[in-house]
Amino acid sequence: MARLAWLMRADALGSDRVVPPTGFTARLTVLTAAAMAFLAVFALALSLATGRLADRWSQALARSATIRISAPADQMAAQTRAVLDVLATTPGLASSRPLTGDEMRKLLDPWFGPDLPVDSLPLPQLIELVETDAGIDAEGLRLRLSVEAPGAVLDDHTRWRRPLVAAAERLRLLGLMSLVLIGAATAGMITLAAQAALAANGQVIRVLRLVGARDLFIARAFVRRFTLRGFAGAAIGTALGMLAVALLPDTDEAGGFLTGLGFQGVAWAWPLLVPPLAAIVAFVATRAAALRILRGIR
Amino acid sequence: MIELQNVAMSYGGGELLSEMTLKLAPGSFHFLTGPSGAGKTTFLKLCYAELMPSAGQLALFGQDVRAMGRDDIAHLRRRIGVVHQDCQFLDHLSVAENVVLPLTATGRPVRERELAELLGWVGLKAHANALPAQLSGGERQRAALARAVMMSPEVILADEPTGNLDWDMSLRLLTLLVELNKMGKTVLIATHDLNLIRAAKAQVPTRVLRIANRRLQLAGADL
Ligand SMILES: Nc1ncnc2c1ncn2[C@@H]1O[C@H](COP(=O)(O)OP(=O)(O)OP(=O)(O)O)[C@@H](O)[C@H]1O
Ligand SMILES: [Mg+2]
Repeated sequence: MARLAWLMRADALGSDRVVPPTGFTARLTVLTAAAMAFLAVFALALSLATGRLADRWSQALARSATIRISAPADQMAAQTRAVLDVLATTPGLASSRPLTGDEMRKLLDPWFGPDLPVDSLPLPQLIELVETDAGIDAEGLRLRLSVEAPGAVLDDHTRWRRPLVAAAERLRLLGLMSLVLIGAATAGMITLAAQAALAANGQVIRVLRLVGARDLFIARAFVRRFTLRGFAGAAIGTALGMLAVALLPDTDEAGGFLTGLGFQGVAWAWPLLVPPLAAIVAFVATRAAALRILRGIR
Repeated sequence: MIELQNVAMSYGGGELLSEMTLKLAPGSFHFLTGPSGAGKTTFLKLCYAELMPSAGQLALFGQDVRAMGRDDIAHLRRRIGVVHQDCQFLDHLSVAENVVLPLTATGRPVRERELAELLGWVGLKAHANALPAQLSGGERQRAALARAVMMSPEVILADEPTGNLDWDMSLRLLTLLVELNKMGKTVLIATHDLNLIRAAKAQVPTRVLRIANRRLQLAGADL
């Protein structure tokens, strides 16, 4: 912060004028910063969306499981009771509850229509389990069920859930890594641009030295310029990136992942961090490059 | 102010300057002569620490140049005003901006009245907003002098300051330097112009240094 204040001091205007404007490097820096910011917004959207997805899947699904009991009609009641007994002594369960006929009907409704005579069909009995945070020991429970109620099958969803959650989390990690790489690439390119600007202004640097300018003053002229360019470019790129994300088709139930690739609610504030971060990256990169090069010139 | 003890200087090949011993007293007025290529500019560059001696001891304001850091040298140059042989302006800045560059570069405020006075003193008021490239050779040298004295330095080094000037203008510039010397500044002028030296001798006590055979000598009374 103190360094940024140093950059914006009133007499920095003087140091701004002493270095002639370089149209080409300036435009290139702005363009680069804009492109990088645009990419950063997408990487951010990707990590946020996959993060949301991973959370939703692991939370919503991890907490519930189902036991399905298929047994001849005369054994159904006995097996259900046996299962409930087992569950009563199973640690990690918040609640367990057999689904009623009405609930069964509602589940089947979309598939077979409302006229299905649920009561007269040999439907399996479903028991809904809600786990505590600690969760149940699925394998242990399966073993006990196979002894007490051979018709009962525990479906804990994890079979298909785990790889999905892992994939979502991997994607979030990749998104975050992309952000870091984009930052590093921006720093690299701004360093190169700053080096080119310094090299092109050898005579200016020489004259400033001769009249008693310190390295910090000379560096500031370049640093200020590149920081402002980095910020301006990133602001443009971020605005375009946010616009592009906003214009993505709306999230809907069926779309799931792809259409969920937007920002939601307060998450819209995250991309606003991109321009200031770009400015900081430009500041640090240019300052390091300038001071290093100036130390090399007598 | 400027003190050399057995100083030698070479650009990598053989020695260009050897065994130079000299003490420039505060308030003194010196000329430096010698044939073209003798090393006058090189000598002045040693005096404002653009070059380091290849041997011997060089002290500026009592400080050993070799012990100076980068910031020390920057501060040193604020105490020494230099009129460079090739002026060393920033071509994209106006004459006025070039003249106040020592202030800008050291974060000092520019006082407009002072600047106007200074430009009037060197006769460049009308050219304040011109670019250096739009000035004549003589005007450039006067602008360079104005810049050299902007920080009110203790020492003024001028490298061929009258190289592009006719005699009248040379005398005018000399008068400016003599005025500065009378204000207490130490002045060292490199020149081939013997007439200029004679004209100066008529105005102030002057010593003439000559570079001959790589050595620094005090010239005789014939000058
Ligand atoms: N940077 C340099 N590298 C190598 N040789 C140099 C360099 N600068 C000057 N020289 C050589 O040193 C010698 C002295 O140069 P210098 O500029 O000091 O002479 P001068 O006395 O100022 O000459 P003039 O009266 O023409 O201005 C010249 O032969 C020149 O070629
Ligand atoms: Mg010379």
